[in-house]
Amino acid sequence: MADSFQFELVSPEKLLMSEAVTAVSVPGSEGFFTVMAKHAPVMTTVKPGIVLVTTESGEEQRIFVQGGFADVNEIGLTLLAEHASPADEVDLQALDQSIRDAEEDVADATSPEAKAHAQHKLDQLKEAREGLSAA
Amino acid sequence: MASLKDLRNRIASVKSTQKITKAMQMVAAAKLRRAEEAAAAARPYADRMASVLANIAGAVEGDGPPLMVGTGKDDVHLFVVFTAERGLCGGFNASIVKLARQRQRQLEAEGKTVKFLAVGKKAWDLMRRDLASKIAERVDFRDVKQIGFDEADRLGEKIIELFDKGEFDVCTIFYSAFQNVITQVPTAQQIIPADLSEGTKDDGDEASSAVYEYEPEPGAILDALIPRNIKVQILHAMLENAASEQGARMSAMDNATRNAGDMIDRLSISYNRQRQAQITTELVEIISGAEAL
Repeated sequence: MADSFQFELVSPEKLLMSEAVTAVSVPGSEGFFTVMAKHAPVMTTVKPGIVLVTTESGEEQRIFVQGGFADVNEIGLTLLAEHASPADEVDLQALDQSIRDAEEDVADATSPEAKAHAQHKLDQLKEAREGLSAA
Repeated sequence: MASLKDLRNRIASVKSTQKITKAMQMVAAAKLRRAEEAAAAARPYADRMASVLANIAGAVEGDGPPLMVGTGKDDVHLFVVFTAERGLCGGFNASIVKLARQRQRQLEAEGKTVKFLAVGKKAWDLMRRDLASKIAERVDFRDVKQIGFDEADRLGEKIIELFDKGEFDVCTIFYSAFQNVITQVPTAQQIIPADLSEGTKDDGDEASSAVYEYEPEPGAILDALIPRNIKVQILHAMLENAASEQGARMSAMDNATRNAGDMIDRLSISYNRQRQAQITTELVEIISGAEAL
């Protein structure tokens, strides 16, 4: 059995999860990556998507996060997430709503930078939506 | 001298007031517990955020984003004053506003400009008379039941937007730090430019020995992290404030209940005396009437 490490998932409102796990897949903004024990220290921003947690007992948990930061250090992985919830409890309608909002943002953006920024956000949300409905 | 009936009415009215204040005290106690829990639950995130920030701030070469290092000036100050939506909580709202006013006078004496952002209905109520022209914006969360990150997010966006427009150079938040039920300390905290001195200290040496990899590069992460940190600090202030408010209301209502009790005691004594006096008078009348026969 693989070594375990400490995984902490915190949202601004509370500590959602703090336990020993064997692997965590994180939707990093530069690409998905999986953290296992003794991973090199890394810090990255996280895009909306599904975090796949494999607990020590081999159980898999899918958690939907909407952006945040991941910090891997020698103690373990800390995920500072914005709005995290178990994947099967995600409010798809709310997500669709935020996609529509993002679409409006793209349409309303005045400067090219703002437009690119909004488009980027929209793409991320759409991708996350696909990831959710595929499961 | 009030008649017996008047006294009876007054006692009844004070009693019902006492019932109300007692109920409010108990409600505040229940809400306080929840507010304290919420504040405690939010702490891990703030702690982690502080250490992540300290870590990354060390890795960035050169100057960070303007939100962190400021505009290089400190001519225009923005005071974000957090208060409650309701009154009846003793000196809670007044003491926060008082602290902000004190700072404002100090800064204005130095020739700086101060603008206000009133958060909560009471801040606006207390400041609109003589500071209306200086209040840049007002926000209230009257219909929000439980303060969460969404509110902090909205408020943070607003502040950052003002900053990007160049409306101010330094932003300070005023709120009441919760110590315990009887002590709440009005506190001023600077959020823009960010004050990183605390976080860097407790991180220690062990963390810095590791070679970190950053993805995307540190600067880009920092750009995303700083606004987030501001919002987290705002959330922290709001949660602390909510706990303080309930604490202040609880002790204010406790006082009120006790005062009402004292008042009832006093009124009851004078009611009893007066009733006795009336009985005595009636007896004297009867006796002297009987003697006259």
